[in-house]
Amino acid sequence: MNCLERVLTTLGHKEPDRVPLFLLLTMHGARELGMSIREYFAAPANVVEGQMRMQARYGHDCLYTLTYAAVEVEAWGGEIVFRDDGPPNAGQPIIRRPEDIEKLEPPRVRDSSSLGRVLAITAGLKARAGDRIPIVGVALSPFSLPVIQMGFDKYIQLIYDRPELFARLMRMNEEFCVEWANAQLEAGATAIGYFDPVSSPTITPRELSRRTGLDIARRTISRIKGPVAMSMGSGRCLPVVDDVARMGAPIIAASALEDLAGTKTACQGRMTVLGNLNGIGMRRWTPAQAEAEVKKAIAGAGQGGGFILCDNHGEIPWQVPEGVLHAISDAVNEWGRYPLDWVGPS
Amino acid sequence: MRELEQSARELGEALLSINRLAAREVITTATAKWGAVCTMEELIAPTLERIGAGWERGEVALSQVYMASLICEEMLPAISPTERPARRQPKMAIAVLEDHHQLGKRMVAQVLRAGGFELLDYGHGVRADSLVDRALGDDVGILLISTLMLPSALRVKEVRSRLSDSKTGIRLVVGGAPFLFDADLWQEVGADAMGRCATDAIRVVTALMDGEGGRL
Repeated sequence: MNCLERVLTTLGHKEPDRVPLFLLLTMHGARELGMSIREYFAAPANVVEGQMRMQARYGHDCLYTLTYAAVEVEAWGGEIVFRDDGPPNAGQPIIRRPEDIEKLEPPRVRDSSSLGRVLAITAGLKARAGDRIPIVGVALSPFSLPVIQMGFDKYIQLIYDRPELFARLMRMNEEFCVEWANAQLEAGATAIGYFDPVSSPTITPRELSRRTGLDIARRTISRIKGPVAMSMGSGRCLPVVDDVARMGAPIIAASALEDLAGTKTACQGRMTVLGNLNGIGMRRWTPAQAEAEVKKAIAGAGQGGGFILCDNHGEIPWQVPEGVLHAISDAVNEWGRYPLDWVGPS
Repeated sequence: MRELEQSARELGEALLSINRLAAREVITTATAKWGAVCTMEELIAPTLERIGAGWERGEVALSQVYMASLICEEMLPAISPTERPARRQPKMAIAVLEDHHQLGKRMVAQVLRAGGFELLDYGHGVRADSLVDRALGDDVGILLISTLMLPSALRVKEVRSRLSDSKTGIRLVVGGAPFLFDADLWQEVGADAMGRCATDAIRVVTALMDGEGGRL
């Protein structure tokens, strides 16, 4: 089986040859190419080469077009702050006061150089990988993008205290998100990771989220013309599994805060579970710990397919050493071969 | 005090439902009845702490924790400044190290102020060297650092190293997502204590003042 066949089989809730592995590496390609993170992200060809080399090195089952989460707010006119040892961050918010939302205009995807770079990366990966390896794009949800647009604290107050401005911002963000996600699919992405941490019950009370973030996600995902993986970042998803299943998202990402087996059971064959290795903890894993964590995840959720092994956040930190990534990959090859005879019945 | 427990329940419900009017009613009534010291120490602080514990158990959302501490801070003018407790406390300061996400810092500051503490706010995006310089210049006794990203959390090592060189005995408290997902990280970076939730702040600071440390 090639990577795409392996992933499609597990999405069909059948067992492929082995558990698919997504190593969501964004910055490690810079190290691979001997570049600074800033230099690496400046040219799409660098990221294409970095992704292809890392996939060849670790043998994982996807290519990842995410450069950095703040790339979207860069398109809205936001400033990006680069650093040598981590993902670039958004600088000063583009919305300083809630009233700024009244004058805000969403960018057009085709006019944005920062988004254009991501689309070029996507097309470049498609040209190199064809239909062998899934290409995963990313769109921040309309409900979660304001954390970068205006700052988390001010955004929470907006949700509770300024419903009209909140609604206006959501309308703009929703149109932007749909256009951005579909542009990535047109450029060659196989699926879109819909990043929506603010909809998680870890951040927003479930009932409020149902009236806001989850409802927005339902509308938005229905307009995205390809498969969507719902990721709530590191936030919990279990209390809203049924809501997400009804949206038609075929994949849901589990938090490291949650029991993976419990999440798999809750999905009941409706969604494939993605997760939930602890990316922060990974930095200090020994090879034996990496093997143990992989075994634990596979034992919890691997039986019967419907499972992709992945980190819990959607971005493996720069500080995670290559040795750990190799150990994860080796452990999947050792313990992830179907049938999983070493695991008890599910 | 059964009446105080009832007030705490009412305040908790008002805060979790983001009902400012109801929260104000409970706090002003309590202040009139028991005084400012009791209201801040026995009503507001424990209520916020219970809300934070609910977040750790996955029963309360972060947005509720934030709004609850914000509402309590907003209520401070309702408590007469002359009646507010003058806490016996070392000078304290808080900053977001390198990152620009201020939510955690704001929550911790709100909780401490609502509990009657005073602290300096050094802002966000602060570099390790300037943070140490400011803390030394202000003769700070407890320095609270909030981080969101792992590289910034690791940078606390630099702060610790420079503080140790200064031999001033400043106590270092850390908090933020990286410390939640790596339970030993606070020790690795040389902090004296960590908080799992912003509402832990009063308990952590009080314990440090009593000479304790650790994951409090």
